[in-house]
Amino acid sequence: MSTGGSGATDALMAPTPRPPGGDEGGPLLDVRDLHVEFRTREGTAKAVNGVDYSVNAGETLAVLGESGSGKSVTAQAIMGILDSPPGFITRGEVVFQGRDLLKLGNEERRKIRGAKMAMIFQDALSSLNPVLSVGEQLGEMFRVHRGMSRKDSRAKAIELMERVRIPAARERVKQYPHQFSGGMRQRVMIAMALALEPELIIADEPTTALDVTVQAQVMDLLAELQREYNMGLILITHDLGVVADVADKIAVMYAGRIVETSPVHDIYRAPAHPYTRGLLDSIPRLDQKGRELYAIKGLPPNLLHIPPGCAFNPRCPRAQAVCRTDEPPLYRVSEDRASACHFWKETLDDDSLPSPDA
Amino acid sequence: MGRYVIRRLLQMIPVFIGSTFLIFFMVYALGDPVAALFGEKAPDPATAAQIRHDLYLDHSLGAQYLHYMKNIFVGDFGTAFNGEPVLTLMGDAFPITIRLTIVAIIFEIIIGILLGVITGMRRGKPVDTGVLLLTLVVISVPTFVTGYVLQYVFGVELKWTSPSVSPSAPFNELILPGLVLALVSLAYVTRLTRTSIAENTRADYVRTAVAKGLPRHRVIIRHLLRNSLIPVVTFIGTDIGALMGGAIVTERIFNIHGVGYQLYQGILRNNAPTVVGFVTILVLVFLLANLLVDLLYAVLDPRIRYA
Repeated sequence: MSTGGSGATDALMAPTPRPPGGDEGGPLLDVRDLHVEFRTREGTAKAVNGVDYSVNAGETLAVLGESGSGKSVTAQAIMGILDSPPGFITRGEVVFQGRDLLKLGNEERRKIRGAKMAMIFQDALSSLNPVLSVGEQLGEMFRVHRGMSRKDSRAKAIELMERVRIPAARERVKQYPHQFSGGMRQRVMIAMALALEPELIIADEPTTALDVTVQAQVMDLLAELQREYNMGLILITHDLGVVADVADKIAVMYAGRIVETSPVHDIYRAPAHPYTRGLLDSIPRLDQKGRELYAIKGLPPNLLHIPPGCAFNPRCPRAQAVCRTDEPPLYRVSEDRASACHFWKETLDDDSLPSPDA
Repeated sequence: MGRYVIRRLLQMIPVFIGSTFLIFFMVYALGDPVAALFGEKAPDPATAAQIRHDLYLDHSLGAQYLHYMKNIFVGDFGTAFNGEPVLTLMGDAFPITIRLTIVAIIFEIIIGILLGVITGMRRGKPVDTGVLLLTLVVISVPTFVTGYVLQYVFGVELKWTSPSVSPSAPFNELILPGLVLALVSLAYVTRLTRTSIAENTRADYVRTAVAKGLPRHRVIIRHLLRNSLIPVVTFIGTDIGALMGGAIVTERIFNIHGVGYQLYQGILRNNAPTVVGFVTILVLVFLLANLLVDLLYAVLDPRIRYA
């Protein structure tokens, strides 16, 4: 494994506090200044506008944001599964284990996909092939990447299913995705991502399609496996509740940009961006029962026409004239925090805006 | 599965009885076969009555039908008016038409699906537009035009194949007629496959297959095509019956003495036993082909289970 990536990148993404696994220099994955746009008939939608983040081995980065904030598109660009056309990566680097993936050929990238970095998708029912048995779909990883025989790959599939605690794996390996419950299907997806013990797993809203009790089980399983294999994990979600337990650090995205990055606990204590603050305030809380739930007013911007200045300014309770004209850079808030808000200091200090705190 | 097949076979009985009675009724009630036998001349009443009696035509229609069905079950399809048993005609005609149908189906499967996959993967590109335009032409030009044109070009001008088929109709002489017969269906198979592929390329499970790092050909064949072929198989299956019965034009053009030819002759001469006999067998072919398609469905799509 080469360690070419420069450690501290333009101070945008602060170096992260020691991950349990440690590592040997550069981060496992380092995304730098990534730009992705979709060229459609209506115009060019700027889905990702300069994203920087990094993940170390054994570390969990939670990427947070509303639908259309570019969090999934970033993940697809990292995996190399962006629909192109219409999607194009116009600028940036995706440095994985010291190599810029965007400079590799198709065949080299294919070999990395599934083997070194794997992805877990949101809706396991539609993401698994309906006409192939679960065993075939799991075994395929070993057959294609490792050249195993049908028989050996089946044994591996059963082993994997036991690994993610699917009961009666030996019998169920012959079954098809529609014969599994939602939670079990998502376990199959996790098993598939885990198959070749990749260094990095990207989980794109892995629990959104599940009911709440199953959500916790699946999340726990994922966190446990991640610790065990010392994998890097990018957890894409819009659920702040899920994040608190498992993430080491958080990147909040808005309109294709990272607006705040922080270690997980600091952000809950005191957000440094009004948007993060809005997200936190819109979590239902027991002590505010009976009161109207806070919601960030307005809608996310149309990516064809991102507002000038700070993209969040039309919805921001703190917006001033400067916000409508100058795009805020990612200000360094502390050693390991950053916020793209002209008024990050005020936001950080002020406890009373935008909703009265109980 | 077994119970399902038995139920389906039982359901075929009323369909079979109903459809054969309808054919029988139309052929026998709408013309006088004895008069047709004499052509332009007026028949001698005594002779006509004798023939009617011999052919069981002096009974009521219902009785005639029962008599006919009873004979069918012991393998007697009656006698054509040229004196040959209809069964012999069938024995000569069906193998030829089956060979012709096999050639046509192979064309549909190989060329149709291949073109469908190529165009489906390259929507909006010149290949796609070109093939689409071509299929439109093929669908809109009637078979007797394409048949004669291809016969002239390949049979007469280029002499790649003989323009007409010899009585034994071996496979190599049936390639061109098979293509002509398949052409319209082939165009439909192409379009159907194209739509199905285009729809499924955006499916989540295809994205998963790509994310798993599978090579492109494996993603297309094993994941994309497998799912996309389900409607195509249905079409091809039901097309078997249509091709076997609908080869009248093609068989005329290439002088093939198959089912279409015999049916045509039977209708032309008002030869009731031939027409009813052949159509009865075609009804059976249709029914069985449909059953086959439904069973194949369950093989291709495990979400479909028959109990």
